[in-house]
Amino acid sequence: MKLLAIETSCDETAAAVLEDGKKVLSSVVASQNEFHKKYGGIVPEVASRKHIEAINPVIAEALEKAGKKFKDLDAVAVTYGPGLVGSLLVGLCAAKALAWSLKKPLIGVNHLEGHIYSNFLYPLSSLPLNKGEMSRANLSRVPSREPRDRGGISFPFICLIVSGGHTLLVLMKDHGKYETLGRTRDDAVGEAYDKVARFLNLGYPGGPIIDELAKKGDPHAITFKKPMIEESFGYDFSFSGIKTAVTRLSGVKIEDLAASFQQTVVETLIDKLIRAAFDKGIGRVALAGGVSANSALRQQLKERGEKDGLEVMLPPLEYSTDNAAMIACAAYYKFKKKQFAALDLKPIASLKI
Amino acid sequence: MVKETNSARETIKLGKNLGSNLKPGEILALSGQLGAGKTTLIQGIAEGLGVKDYVTSPTFILINEYQGRLPFYHIDLYRLEDPEQIEELGISEYFEKDGIVVIEWAERMGEQLPESAKQIKIEVVDENKRKIWLSWE
Repeated sequence: MKLLAIETSCDETAAAVLEDGKKVLSSVVASQNEFHKKYGGIVPEVASRKHIEAINPVIAEALEKAGKKFKDLDAVAVTYGPGLVGSLLVGLCAAKALAWSLKKPLIGVNHLEGHIYSNFLYPLSSLPLNKGEMSRANLSRVPSREPRDRGGISFPFICLIVSGGHTLLVLMKDHGKYETLGRTRDDAVGEAYDKVARFLNLGYPGGPIIDELAKKGDPHAITFKKPMIEESFGYDFSFSGIKTAVTRLSGVKIEDLAASFQQTVVETLIDKLIRAAFDKGIGRVALAGGVSANSALRQQLKERGEKDGLEVMLPPLEYSTDNAAMIACAAYYKFKKKQFAALDLKPIASLKI
Repeated sequence: MVKETNSARETIKLGKNLGSNLKPGEILALSGQLGAGKTTLIQGIAEGLGVKDYVTSPTFILINEYQGRLPFYHIDLYRLEDPEQIEELGISEYFEKDGIVVIEWAERMGEQLPESAKQIKIEVVDENKRKIWLSWE
């Protein structure tokens, strides 16, 4: 069973071919980062135009890398929200046109749901090489290992989704069954990183820059209050206050500032995730979304999980940020249940999970 | 006139008051430094308008839309410094919709900001204290 998935919800144009819900035959991501850098973030008009330029070449490359043709596909999946409407539309139009002309079912996927499913994908480096592929040296940052059962797909578990546009805590009970436990009341965590980086004139995107800088600083140099850590706030988050606190400091070593800011954010995220797991009596937790690539967040969650006896799932790094393989994975389970979308599927900017 | 608030809670309360008196088509132009409390004030305004959803920062996607007793459009121009980019964003379309438009970092619009816009300036006095200037009162 082969699925082509398309993802254009924000500033990455992505397409992937997935076999039997597990094997990523190809995953192509064209990033617009360079274009948005000078604006310190995404500009919707620019994003839509770049998607239009990239969409056909990206789909063609995904098929070519997978060694497949359009006629080999069993279904076409696409992200229909949440995201920028103009960006989503480009992917939707391409997917609908393909599904219609190939007479194959169209599957609509929630972008956030896709992020959760990134936990079920194998790292590319662990898969056997495709025909004609010599090596995957370019993916050397991912340790090479045999495909193993990533704990299988079993439920329930609690997933923390963290990215530039989202911060939410979701209880996943089964395929397609979610309960939102908490979310940010103001800024998304990735946004707080971007704003702090911008304030310190460090560039965009803020996440990787601050993560790198933090490695050279003292995470306990400055004590920030963990935002909304009191139990009365439930599982909701707030990252606006700490951003303000950072902007009010002066005469501090920038590495220490980055490390202390990151430490407070990471601890706050992990504290809430672990507390939710204990409160709900659930032994498995997962990370997803662009900020799940953050080295401190990954490392410290792993350590806390070991200490507290929780199983921790981390998505392979190459599927942490926006990609279409995760959309294909979520779509596979909808395909099995024949949950198909009509050809008038519309983009929904603020689609909830 | 200038109002003073001594906490985020008081800023929200002031916003709530403003929000309950807004009429269709009104535009509020907010300015104030990063961390001044623009989003906090807007959360109050939204509450006064009967918006039930959390009002989160639209910095990433630039525009958030909500529904209260009137449609509510929350725009954040923090990242945009180039007036041409702001023009391309199509903000002027939101002025025609008979809802409430609130713009953070409105000073970046320059002459694109309609004259009818009500101005709000937030000034940081100390950690908790803010001076909030309302152009129309």
